Amino acid sequence: MNLFCVGLSHHTANVETRERFAGGARAESTLREAGCAEALVLATCNRVEVYGASEKRVSTDEIAHCLLQNRELSDRGHSETLPFYRYEAEKCVQHLFRVASGLDSMVVGETEILGQTKKAYQSARTSGAVGPCLHRLFQRAFRVAKQVRTHTEITRGSVSVGSVAVDLAQKIFGELGNCSVLILGAGETSERTARVLISRGVTDLRVSNRSTDRAQELAQRVSGQAVRFDQWPQQCCEIDILITSTSSEAPLLTPANLGPVLAHRIDRPLFIIDIAVPRDVDPAVNEMEGVYLYDIDALRSVAEQSLAVRRQQIASAEAIIAEHVADFLEKISRELSRASRITGHPPVADSSRATQL
Amino acid sequence: MDRDLLIISTICFLAAVVRTGVALRAGVFRPGRFTFLAIGLGFVFQTAFLSIRGHALGRCPLTNLFEVFIFLAWSVALIYMLVGPTYRLSLMGAFTAPLVVLLQGFALIAPIDVRHSVKMPANPALEFHASVSLVAYGAFALACIAGVMYLVQERQLKTHQLRSIFYHLPPLTDLFAAITRLLWWGFILYTIGIVSGFFTGRPLPRVQVVAAVGVWLLYAAILQGRYFRRIAPKRVAALCIIGFSVALTLLWGITFSAQTHSVQ
Repeated sequence: MNLFCVGLSHHTANVETRERFAGGARAESTLREAGCAEALVLATCNRVEVYGASEKRVSTDEIAHCLLQNRELSDRGHSETLPFYRYEAEKCVQHLFRVASGLDSMVVGETEILGQTKKAYQSARTSGAVGPCLHRLFQRAFRVAKQVRTHTEITRGSVSVGSVAVDLAQKIFGELGNCSVLILGAGETSERTARVLISRGVTDLRVSNRSTDRAQELAQRVSGQAVRFDQWPQQCCEIDILITSTSSEAPLLTPANLGPVLAHRIDRPLFIIDIAVPRDVDPAVNEMEGVYLYDIDALRSVAEQSLAVRRQQIASAEAIIAEHVADFLEKISRELSRASRITGHPPVADSSRATQL
Repeated sequence: MDRDLLIISTICFLAAVVRTGVALRAGVFRPGRFTFLAIGLGFVFQTAFLSIRGHALGRCPLTNLFEVFIFLAWSVALIYMLVGPTYRLSLMGAFTAPLVVLLQGFALIAPIDVRHSVKMPANPALEFHASVSLVAYGAFALACIAGVMYLVQERQLKTHQLRSIFYHLPPLTDLFAAITRLLWWGFILYTIGIVSGFFTGRPLPRVQVVAAVGVWLLYAAILQGRYFRRIAPKRVAALCIIGFSVALTLLWGITFSAQTHSVQ
């Protein structure tokens, strides 16, 4: 049985090309008609890949043809060079383990891919496109991904500004359900950050903006409460998180005007996310006790630190994967030998075992 | 024989320290079962040591500075075993183990295991007073450790330099809640210890009383500041460290003076 992977990803193709080959609902059955004994299509926003097992070799062109969404595109597709890669046997196993572990992702270490792989596997299994070969391969891939996640720091920290801000908030307050958030300035980034906070349990949201109408609009969108702009300093006594993104030329928050507010909340920390440029909050505010100020550069720097750590962890993750690839191939090879002894066929030579699983 | 148990116990705690150190250097620090198991095993050997020593003495093994240090280390491990899993402070083990190694290591190396030539008569009230006070010290030690964890976490959040350990430390508010609870536990136990000291049937040396009341007042002031929200959490954390350092020094002084007094 030949095990292979044919696909294109963010490394090799742009989004338009990936869309064309995203595969339809019938892709797996079409692949089986083309000669694949087992087939699984993994289609995400960053990759379209076919994992297959077949007795005879199925060409890359045939697979690409099966993936095309409709005949019109199919006709056009034949006249151009397709940016597909193809991995066979050992390379295919290694590639899947890397994909499932997030090493091949655009953001190294992201965990969404594992969920997407599991979903693709479930769907193919339900439709009967997955047989024993792909079943074992994918089960091992899930195990490897879990081990990589547990034994390395590949998934550590967040790598987007919004997620970093929310992670930091959780490191200060723990559960965010009891936190009050004030959004100062109805900008797009503050709305996005607020939405991430809502998704982590924040319910008390207040919005203040120079234009009351815009404050009310945003408050409605995020199920919050609009606050008049001249009242936001008083709100600082009650809130836990302040997100500022106004277009003010001078800092709105300085040690002088924050000092009296802090005197009333000595045992409660205040987390300030300043995403305005120029900044809304005087950097000296960070020196005040109980105040944690992060501007856009600080958030980006934290995101970059996380990304750097993840990159450092690639070698450890690759070592785990290499170990599993060798073990997986050895087990399969042993099973082939056992099967050949039972059926009476001559055993497959070691060199060809790797390509014939 | 009993010292061998103590050496094994210290090795167990040391294993937890080494493992944490190696993980920190490799940048893959994570609190795992190993630390908890190593501390648990160390605690078992500590308990065995104290039990054998207690049987040999026919009383609670608190007759010299050596035994006081070991009992204190045992109290720290005990409180950790109770508090760690409850408040999801498993990482506290990584901070607790070095303190226990320090206490036991010092007790093993320093020539402070002075046996009394005359067997001291058992005095249940005195033993209760001493043991409850030392368990209170264990709670104060854990509050001190939680204080260190709070300051480490706070510093990283302030400077925006988030290291591997940052992701495994509990949130600031959780740590502060743990500090507060440990301070209250320690304070209540210490109060019981001090009050029971007056019912031991023995005259209490004035220095010991003054030192004990001094420690009690120090922790009462911290708790009062916390209760009335007059002291910021960061300062409470710092005061826990200062408070325990003072308490430990005074404990040494009290035990040393009591030992000298009994020898004379």
